[in-house]
Amino acid sequence: MVEERFVLGNEACALGAIAAGCRFFAGYPITPSTEIAENMSVLLPKNGGSFVQMEDEIASAGAIIGASWSGVKSMTATSGPGISLMQENIGYGVITETPIVIINVQRGSPSTGQPTMSSQSDMMQARWGSHGDYETIALSPSSVQEFFDFTIKAFNLAEEYRVPVLVMSDEVVGHMREKLIIPDSVDIVKRVRPELEEGEQYLPYDAPENGVTPMPAFGDGFNVHVTGLTHDKRGYPDTNDAETHTDLVERLCDKILKNKDKICSYKEEFCDDAEIVVVSYGSPYRSVLTAVKEAREEGIKVGSLKIDTPWPFPDEEISKLAENATDFIMPEMNLGQMVHELERVAGKDANVHLIGKIGGVLHTPEEILEKIKEVASKKED
Amino acid sequence: MAVKENPYKKYLREDRLPHIFCPGCGNGIVMNAFFKGLEGSDVDFDNVSMVSGIGCSSRIPGYVKCDSLHTTHGRALSFATGLKVGNPNQDVVVFTGDGDAASIGGNHLIHAARRNIDLTVICINNNIYGMTGGQISPTSPKGSFGTTAPYGSRDVPFDLASLVTAAGASYVARWTTAHPMQLAKAITKGLENKGFSFIEAVSQCPTYYGRKNKLKTPVLGMDYLKANSVTKRRSEKMSEEELIGKIIVGEFANRPHKELCDNEEDLVNENYDGGLAIKSAFWEEF
Amino acid sequence: MRQEVRIGGFGGQGVIMTGIVIGKAASLFDGKNAVQTQSYGPEARGGASKTEVVISDEPIDYPKVQAPDIFIAMSQTALMKYKDDLKEEGILIIDPDLVNEDDIADFVADKKIKLFRAPATRTATDVIGLRVVANIVMMGAIVKATGVVSVEAAKEAILDSVPKGTEDKNIQAFEAGYGLIE
Repeated sequence: MVEERFVLGNEACALGAIAAGCRFFAGYPITPSTEIAENMSVLLPKNGGSFVQMEDEIASAGAIIGASWSGVKSMTATSGPGISLMQENIGYGVITETPIVIINVQRGSPSTGQPTMSSQSDMMQARWGSHGDYETIALSPSSVQEFFDFTIKAFNLAEEYRVPVLVMSDEVVGHMREKLIIPDSVDIVKRVRPELEEGEQYLPYDAPENGVTPMPAFGDGFNVHVTGLTHDKRGYPDTNDAETHTDLVERLCDKILKNKDKICSYKEEFCDDAEIVVVSYGSPYRSVLTAVKEAREEGIKVGSLKIDTPWPFPDEEISKLAENATDFIMPEMNLGQMVHELERVAGKDANVHLIGKIGGVLHTPEEILEKIKEVASKKED
Repeated sequence: MAVKENPYKKYLREDRLPHIFCPGCGNGIVMNAFFKGLEGSDVDFDNVSMVSGIGCSSRIPGYVKCDSLHTTHGRALSFATGLKVGNPNQDVVVFTGDGDAASIGGNHLIHAARRNIDLTVICINNNIYGMTGGQISPTSPKGSFGTTAPYGSRDVPFDLASLVTAAGASYVARWTTAHPMQLAKAITKGLENKGFSFIEAVSQCPTYYGRKNKLKTPVLGMDYLKANSVTKRRSEKMSEEELIGKIIVGEFANRPHKELCDNEEDLVNENYDGGLAIKSAFWEEF
Repeated sequence: MRQEVRIGGFGGQGVIMTGIVIGKAASLFDGKNAVQTQSYGPEARGGASKTEVVISDEPIDYPKVQAPDIFIAMSQTALMKYKDDLKEEGILIIDPDLVNEDDIADFVADKKIKLFRAPATRTATDVIGLRVVANIVMMGAIVKATGVVSVEAAKEAILDSVPKGTEDKNIQAFEAGYGLIE
C-alpha cells in the first residue's frame, strides 16, 4: 500500500535505504546527518539488519565495505569532517569495486565550519577526495521525496557498477519536513553471484570492457582475494607492472564514463527556446524554478536544467543546450565548484555565470531572478 | 632423502608463491602455528574468512586459500566488524602487526575489544615497521634502534596484551615465535572463544629490527625472544626492575562474555520475525 | 496561495511539534503542500526556539519562510526576536501571560497587525490540567484565528502525532484553544 508521511529529509533517506534493501549501517554521530543514523538504528533491527555505532568515520567506511563483502547492502551517513575522514576507504571501495552507499549531508566548511548550516562545498571532494585517478557517481536531492528516491537509486547504481555511490545532500534537504510518498514496492538491483563452468578458474576481476564481474559474498566458496593494491584479474597483487595498473584503473574509470548515458539523470524545464539556462543541483533548484517562472512572465527566454547526478557530469546535455543558449547561470552554495565543470563544457560557446553563496543560507528566488535579469539585459546591450 | 612437504601447504594459494617474506621472518612460524591451532580447534577451514591491514604480517591472508580482505592501513578491524556482523556465521580471523594494530589502528583495536566482537586477531609484533624499511613502532622497546630512531627510542612502548585486556577482550594471550606450540594452543583457544580474541605473537625481524639491534640472524632473534620471555605467573613475582626488557608470555584474559553479533541478533529477534538478513544483497525483493 | 507561518517560544514548550503538526495537517490531511523547518544548534536550546511552515496549494519551490503571514509568539524573547519581518496586516497570536504587550503596541499599530490573544499555557494548566498540552491549545487558537489548516485535518494530525493514551486530552486541548479566539 502506498503510504504518505510527513517526515524529515534525513528520515526519508533512512526509509529509502531500508526500501532499497540496506541491511547494515555503520556510522558516527555528526550534525547535520545524525538523524539518518538514529533512524537506521530504529529501523534496521525491525527489518533483520544491523546497526553499529563505530568509533569514528574511518571505521564506519571500513565497516560498510566489510559488510558489503559479507553479502549485505550497506550504507553510512556523515557530514563535514566525517566525509574527509572517509576518503581513504572510499578509494579502497573504488579499487576493490565494492558496492556501498555514502550519504553526505553537506554543512558549512572548511573544518568544523558551520555544523547546523547548509552548503554544497564538498562537491569537488566527492569527485577527487580520495587519492588517485577514479570516477565517481554522486546524486544530489532537492526535496524530501528525492532524498528517499535518490537513496534507492544510489543503492541500485552501486550494485550495477560495483562502485561506492555518494548521495550529496545538504542541510536544507536533510533538515526539512515534507510529504513523502512511499510506494508499495520499489525496483531494486540485486547482486548476482558468479556462475562457473565445471573446471573453470574463477577470475574475480576479469571484467568485460566498460563493465564489472558478478560479485560473490565471503563464505560462498569462491576464495576471493580482495586487496587495495593494484591487482590482476585473479585479484592478486601485481604492483610493479604498468600494464596491469593501466588496465585496472582505466576500466574502473570507463565503467562509469562509458555508461554515462545510463547513469546521468537531469530534468529540463522551459529549455526548448532558452537563451539563458540556469543549471542547478540539490536544494538551490527550488529557488531556481520560482525565479525562472517569474522571468518567463517578464518575457525572458530562460530555462532550468536540474542535475540529479552531478557526477558523472552530463556533458552531452549541456553541450546540446549550449547550441541555443548564450548564457548559463549556476547557483551553488559554495564559492564555485561544479561551475568549473559547466565552464569546461559550455565555456567555449557561452558565458558562464556563478551565483556562489556561502554562509549556510539557501539562495532566494529573488537573488536568482536578479541574476537572470542582469544577464538578460546585458544580452540586449 | 625426499623433502617432506609442509602439511599445511594445502591451505595456501600455491599460484601466489613464492611469498614476499624475508628469509628468517617470523611470519612463517606464526602461519604454521595458525594452521596447527586451526586444526586443533572446532573451526572448519572452509568457514574461515581472513582480514588484514597493511604491513608484512597483513600480507599473510593473501597467501591463504580462503576469502580474504586485504584492507587499508590500520583499519582491518573496522572492515572485519562489518564482515562479521553482516554474516556472523563466518569465522573471521584478522592478521595484523604492531604498526597496523597499535599505531594507526589503535583506536579500532580498543573499540573492537570493548565490543567483544567475535573475531580472532593474530598480531605479529616484530617491534618495527618492516614493509617501509625499519622505522620504530609503538611497541619498539625503549632504547632500541630504527631508521627513525637513530639515537635509540626514548618512548615507552605499548604492552599490547595488557592494553587489549584492559579494553575488554574476552581472550588474550601473548607468546613468541620461540614458543610455537604454546602459540598454536592459544590460537586454538582464540578461535573457539566466542568473543574478541587477541593473540600477540612476538616475532623476530632479522632484516630490519635485527640489523639495527645486534640481532642480525634469525637464530639470534629467536634466542633473544626465548631468553627474555617470562611466563605470566612468574612475572607476577618479579619486581618492575627485574621485568625491564622482559617479554611476559601466557594467557592474559580468558573470561567469555556476551559478544557484539549475539547482541545484534538478539535485537533483531526481539523486533522482527524474519531473522538476520544474511546475504540479503542477493535477494530479489524485501 | 502560499502562506508562511512562524512559531516561536522557548525550549520545552513543544513549539517544534506544533510546526510539525501544522505541516502534517496541511500536507497529509488537507491535500495541500507543506514544508516545515526549524532552527537547529545552540539557538534551539533553552533560549528562543523557532519553527516555520510554508503551506501552499501549489508545489512549494523555495522552502523557507521569507516574510511570515502568521506569527505565533509563546515567549517574550521569541516575540521580540522574530517579529520584525511579519507582513503588513499579518496575523500575530500571542500568549498574553508570557509576553509584554506594551513592547509591541507600536509595531502592531504601524504594521496594522491583526493581534489575537490566546492564553494557551494558562488554559492547558487550568482547564485541561496538563501544562504540556499548551502547544496543542495554541494549535486550536491558530486554526480558529487563521484557518491555515482545517479543523478536521488539524485533529487528524494531532491524533497521528501524540503518544497513545493521550489522544482525548489533546483533542480537548485543541478544542479549548479553538474556543479562546472570538
